[in-house]
Amino acid sequence: MAIDIDTARKVAKLARIRVEEADLPKLAGQLSGILGFMEQLNEVDVTGVEPMTSVTPMRLKRRADVVTDGNIQAQVLKNAPDAREGFFAVPKVVE
Amino acid sequence: MSANSWTIAAARDALRKGEISALDLTMSCLTAIDAGDDLNAFVHKTPEIALEQARAADQRIKAGNAPAMCGIPLGIKDLFCTKGVPSQAGSNILKGFKPEYESTVTTKLFGAGAVMLGKLNMDEFAMGSSNETSCYGNVVSPWRRKGSDVALTPGGSSGGSASAVAADLCLAATGTDTGGSIRQPAAFSGIVGIKPTYGRVSRWGIVAFASSLDQAGPMTKSVRDAAIMLGAMCGHDPKDSTSADIPVPDFEAALTGDIRGKVIGIPKEYRMDGMPAEIEALWARGIEMMRDAGAEVRDISLPHTKYALPAYYVIAPAEASSNLARYDGVRYGHRAKLTAGDGITEMYEKTRAQGFGPEVQRRIMVGTYVLSAGFYDAYYNRARKVRALIKRDFETVFEAGVDAILTPATPSAAFGLGEMSDADPIQMYLNDVFTVTVNLAGLPGISVPVGLDSQGLPLGLQLIGRPWDEAELLKCAHVLESRAGFVAKAEKWW
Repeated sequence: MAIDIDTARKVAKLARIRVEEADLPKLAGQLSGILGFMEQLNEVDVTGVEPMTSVTPMRLKRRADVVTDGNIQAQVLKNAPDAREGFFAVPKVVE
Repeated sequence: MSANSWTIAAARDALRKGEISALDLTMSCLTAIDAGDDLNAFVHKTPEIALEQARAADQRIKAGNAPAMCGIPLGIKDLFCTKGVPSQAGSNILKGFKPEYESTVTTKLFGAGAVMLGKLNMDEFAMGSSNETSCYGNVVSPWRRKGSDVALTPGGSSGGSASAVAADLCLAATGTDTGGSIRQPAAFSGIVGIKPTYGRVSRWGIVAFASSLDQAGPMTKSVRDAAIMLGAMCGHDPKDSTSADIPVPDFEAALTGDIRGKVIGIPKEYRMDGMPAEIEALWARGIEMMRDAGAEVRDISLPHTKYALPAYYVIAPAEASSNLARYDGVRYGHRAKLTAGDGITEMYEKTRAQGFGPEVQRRIMVGTYVLSAGFYDAYYNRARKVRALIKRDFETVFEAGVDAILTPATPSAAFGLGEMSDADPIQMYLNDVFTVTVNLAGLPGISVPVGLDSQGLPLGLQLIGRPWDEAELLKCAHVLESRAGFVAKAEKWW
């Protein structure tokens, strides 16, 4: 399936990656090429096949629902581009 | 032969006999690293940490009962989070990131006394097959074509690891493998690389690319070294819910050299159209070696092989688009400079456009598309069904008594840096054609150097094993290695 420029713009928006208008045709072309390659999958008869959800059939481990860490606010914020008064700081979200 | 060119096994024995100190061994690697800057393999050097760890290792060795990895100098792929040391996954979006924690794999290795020399270059977020997508620039292979000084790729994504081990900048290195990122660079660089069974090695603290495919493993100068180092990396970890709670065997003890009666499968679907004659001949030689060692060679069929690559390039980007959503300029790494009136959406979009390179952006967008409403069933669910069929192919041959499968590791020898720059992305993806099936099925796979091509470049073969049976796989690989007798080294030009 060919990706048109509008679809490429929409995908970039969903992915939260800014793509300049001038770059959209090239992106659309590359995405179309990759999706065209994936079309081969339509040749496979998958009737009655369950999608693979776990690599090894195993029941995921469980643990007691208790607090195991915490009180590391300074460590959590250490790498933040902008942290103030113990919080991550971002541009204004609510008017 | 200076100590930096030793194997882990040789260094371990020399350390225990007191023939060398961990400090001197480490110093010889640090000297080689400083002389090897042209390779661009080490991107964050950590000599202070290395010397401190080496001194501690010497104390432990002197006290006796030190584990095998004690005092062994290693390079660590940049994908592993190492406390207080830059861990950028080869990406500008993690510029300046210094984790406040240590990955489980490096914790285990350091606990066993291993020494960290520094962080190794890689394709950005492990997405690439030539180490040309890194924010640190290309890694250069120590290998060159006969009579040529054209710079070649060491392969990718663990290209820094492959180049560093092949050039003797370290004794061994950690790698990670999502679609072939340990085995392909190992084959291109004339070294050994093993991707263990999914769940064998904890993924905790390793920057995630595609969580259902990612596995870490060792990249080493010999199969014995791979067995030693893998043993130190494995084991159950409560912090990774997919980590298997099963015993870790003594992998080195499995290297008996006896594979008489083992059944080695040769899958006909791996005989690709247009496969270079040299790869075909190498494979035939490998088959002869296994037969000569007393194994039974059997033709097998893995009918869905052809669909592995397209299934992989749906599933891996889908998981990546989700995993990489966390890089938004809020909690760590790069944040774009904003202009007046920019809100949080502009911050996300600008940060991600500046921070991610073109290949990573492309894969995130492919993943976003295949997961988007209306296409989820057509692409993502269909790919997961095909993945189930690929896994079933392997289960069928293993049930029929096959112990291991022998295939080429790569469709060609290493190519020149920049040679693929005009090719469309799919041409580059074809590098993984023999390796992705193993990740999709969660199996262990190992690449062993077997010969040189007519231009003097290394070629490798891949062995694929039963799930959780790395011990048998290593045993077969060890026999292949001994019979192949690969001893070539890159001629030093750097």
